[in-house]
Amino acid sequence: MSDIPVNTKSRPTIVIRGRGVVKGKVSGEALVTRETISGWGGINEREGTVIERRHELVGQSFSGKVLLFPGAKGSSGWSAFFHMTRLNGVSPAAMLFTRMTTKMALGAVVTRVPAMTDFDQDPFEHIQTGDWIEVDADAGEIRVTRSRPTA
Amino acid sequence: MQLTDFEKAMLDGVNGRAKAAAMDLLVRYGEAVGAERLVETNNVAGAFNASTPSVKHIVDQGFDAVYSELNLDSDEIVEIPHMAVNTWQLITGIDNDNWAIQGADESLVQMQRDSEAYLGERGVNMCATCTPYQVGNVPIKGEHCAWMESSAVIYCNSVLGARTNVEGKESTGAAALTGRIPYWGYHMPENRFGTHLIEVDIAVDDMMDWGLLGYFVGEQVEENKPVLNNIVHHPNMVKLKHFGAAAASSGGVELYHIPGITAEANSLAEAFGPHKAVETIHYGRKEREAMYMKLQSATDRHVDFIMLGCPHNSIEQMALIAELLRGKRVHPDTALWVHTPRAIKQVAERNGYLRAIEEAGGVVMSDTCPAISRRLPRGVRVIATDSAKQAHYLPAIANVQGWFGSVTDCVKAAISGQWQGSV
Repeated sequence: MSDIPVNTKSRPTIVIRGRGVVKGKVSGEALVTRETISGWGGINEREGTVIERRHELVGQSFSGKVLLFPGAKGSSGWSAFFHMTRLNGVSPAAMLFTRMTTKMALGAVVTRVPAMTDFDQDPFEHIQTGDWIEVDADAGEIRVTRSRPTA
Repeated sequence: MQLTDFEKAMLDGVNGRAKAAAMDLLVRYGEAVGAERLVETNNVAGAFNASTPSVKHIVDQGFDAVYSELNLDSDEIVEIPHMAVNTWQLITGIDNDNWAIQGADESLVQMQRDSEAYLGERGVNMCATCTPYQVGNVPIKGEHCAWMESSAVIYCNSVLGARTNVEGKESTGAAALTGRIPYWGYHMPENRFGTHLIEVDIAVDDMMDWGLLGYFVGEQVEENKPVLNNIVHHPNMVKLKHFGAAAASSGGVELYHIPGITAEANSLAEAFGPHKAVETIHYGRKEREAMYMKLQSATDRHVDFIMLGCPHNSIEQMALIAELLRGKRVHPDTALWVHTPRAIKQVAERNGYLRAIEEAGGVVMSDTCPAISRRLPRGVRVIATDSAKQAHYLPAIANVQGWFGSVTDCVKAAISGQWQGSV
């Protein structure tokens, strides 16, 4: 549900502040899941897709997307698998997450894309799949431009 | 992050490019996680071996390139010196003896052997198992470690009371060359108290039951710290090995306490320290049955592959399987693979367990497992396993149906070719 009128011309922009985990700036389309993601056994590192059978994003590509998710779960191979997505050119454009773990931090570092956490507002309340996100991990800020709600 | 003079010198390259790259990764990682400093470690268990087709193109540039990229996240290919501290290779991709049965091609086996020779020279000890604590790496209480492998981490933290986070390939690679790891998470005593109280209302005794309890606990507490109360039968290493592997698979549990049994808590009060349980969760007959059902992903009772030994089997598990198979034959349409560390396989051979399993038609595998290697017997559609962890992962990884049950039910299925297990 969204309170944004369908016919809006100037789309509203929301600013969320947080901590830059990996520095850098990038813009891209959001891909959002409230489910944690497995690296080893959970993604295809050659294609940049989620493969865990019971995951809500199964079959979807995160390549080039601003991935908003709670964090990492599963095997200690997490970082190695996201590392491989970078080497294979199919990593996310940025990572936004809410639960800090060693798997998550190391994975973000070796994926070498802008990454942020510790937000001043719940990002899941403000960001949905398809929104345009400007991530500025240097300044600790993300700007969210809502996509039009689907009719 | 605060670095000591010695660490700063390493970062500046005084001790060579490899240690500088390692420190660079540790600083980036430490700052990402929010650590204020590093801590010394003399116990690293990681994944260094080149054993999969996906790394072959890096191996073509030499094994320094493999370590630089995959174990240090370094753009520059640096010359890798001898490991600075005690370092262990965990489970790997290929069984050096049974590779043909796994369906690996010979060039890949040669690559793994070359990789092992390179790593061995540099002091990476080839224990080649997910259970280093079964073959000589038993950290003492309070020891700072840098370990990968979720089932080993939870055992290290909980049963032994040593201290490690779940590390990755890159952080263990850097720790091995520097003897440092970020001081964060489970390295800090204040983060090691329990959060959730699990009231165990039924008797939990055999290995399967410990697996079911672990699977339940992980699902309930996710990455929190459970404390088990009312454990009436004292467990052993095998049971806690299975419990931990299951809890780390269904959730992300890295530390638990069982007052009077695990290393850091003699009482409930010690387990929770200054805190109170945020939630009390009951485990009873109904929950046990629900977990058993949840671990079944098969409908077809015609089983063509039995996988035992996840985490790798102990010698008493090998003895039990040999006993169950003595004088029997594995069904011609069914394959039985039993996994154990190479060091334990040698004892099993000496004891005649290996011969008993092989004479019945089973295979004893070391160094690897089907989930890690992604190698199963050809054409497998339905598997059965005594491991909650394997039942959790293997059906998704290998696209097969999976049954979960006791080791006795699994061996019976290997002999009859039919799954007849029940809760």
